[in-house]
Amino acid sequence: MAQELLWIFISALLINNFTLAYFLGICPFLGVSNKLDTALRLGLANIFVMIITAVAAWALNTFVLIYAPYLRLISFIIVIASTVQFVEMAIKKWSPELFKALGIFLPLITTNCAILGLALFATNKGYGLIEGIVYALGAGGGVTLALILMAGIREETRVLDIPDVVKGTALSLIVAGILSMAFMGFAGMFSAA
Amino acid sequence: MNTPDAHWDVFLKGLWKENPVFVAVLGMCPTLAVTNTAINSLAMGAATFFVLFFSSLLVSLLRKVIAKQVRITTYIVIIATFVSLVDMLLAALVPDIHKELGAFIALIVVNCLILGRQEAFAAKNRVGPALLDAAGMGLGFSMALLMIGVVRELLGSGSLFNIPVFGSSFEPWIVMILPPGGFFTLGFLLLIFNAVAQRRAVASSVTSQS
Repeated sequence: MAQELLWIFISALLINNFTLAYFLGICPFLGVSNKLDTALRLGLANIFVMIITAVAAWALNTFVLIYAPYLRLISFIIVIASTVQFVEMAIKKWSPELFKALGIFLPLITTNCAILGLALFATNKGYGLIEGIVYALGAGGGVTLALILMAGIREETRVLDIPDVVKGTALSLIVAGILSMAFMGFAGMFSAA
Repeated sequence: MNTPDAHWDVFLKGLWKENPVFVAVLGMCPTLAVTNTAINSLAMGAATFFVLFFSSLLVSLLRKVIAKQVRITTYIVIIATFVSLVDMLLAALVPDIHKELGAFIALIVVNCLILGRQEAFAAKNRVGPALLDAAGMGLGFSMALLMIGVVRELLGSGSLFNIPVFGSSFEPWIVMILPPGGFFTLGFLLLIFNAVAQRRAVASSVTSQS
């Protein structure tokens, strides 16, 4: 059991990295990742929302959607969005510091494809509650890792002399491609064991 | 706004000037995730087109009924409904492709292109222009997906729509059908797009000076 959970975690973190292998959550990856500090906080907010999502998706799948599977997509979106909103209010009240650190990102993330993707993949793989939470931790960690790596590289590229046509999104995409290639190396990590 | 030329412009801007993929860089997840073959790209493009077209129709028809405070939620529910429809349609008609695209069909819901068009255009315009805008943007998006898909399949598998093109001596660039290939292809296409746009801007400034 413990080994299985570890495998789920590592696989979501490195091998099937949400950003670099599944292309989920690319918009913030390309748009926001300019500063290391912002990238880290965005990543943490992502982990946080993903855990809520995993629990919400599990609850919906177990208690509601067995009766009406065709409502899956609509109910996922509405329930995730409103749960995050409630949790946001709760944090604002109980822990202003935490809210200050993550606050602005929460509503942004809610409509992120990585979040809905997590709910859908966890459902397709038939994960239970604990497996779902571990999967969310791994996936969130993977997104954070990708954001931080990208932010670090971008801070460096700012001082380079780059031709005008390459600047901006084109450069980010090519850098992301190289990063993604590096992450493909992790695929061989566990096949030998 | 009522001349035929203006209508034509509403349609055409999605194809080039405001192309959702190459200029606005919207809807990146499906753009990169499912474009490893030309057929998948085509299916994804068609599904997105369908959702965008009918969501715009409905939003434009209901634009006076939807209360301002809940408009985003309403749009999302409308979009999600059409996405569920497309999901089931594809599962019934082309089960193989549906299986390959997997969860990415459902993820059309969070494609920022669709929500963006509802908020920026359909909610403010009559049905006619709204449909033209949706058709232009949808076609522009599908076209971009197909361009990426064709490049990736040609280089990555040496085939086009599953028909081998290069003969047996061609060594496929496997990396192109894997995730990094998606990033590279879009990156280089954007490069070309930027270069062409820049050259055009220079050319037009030269002619306007002379």
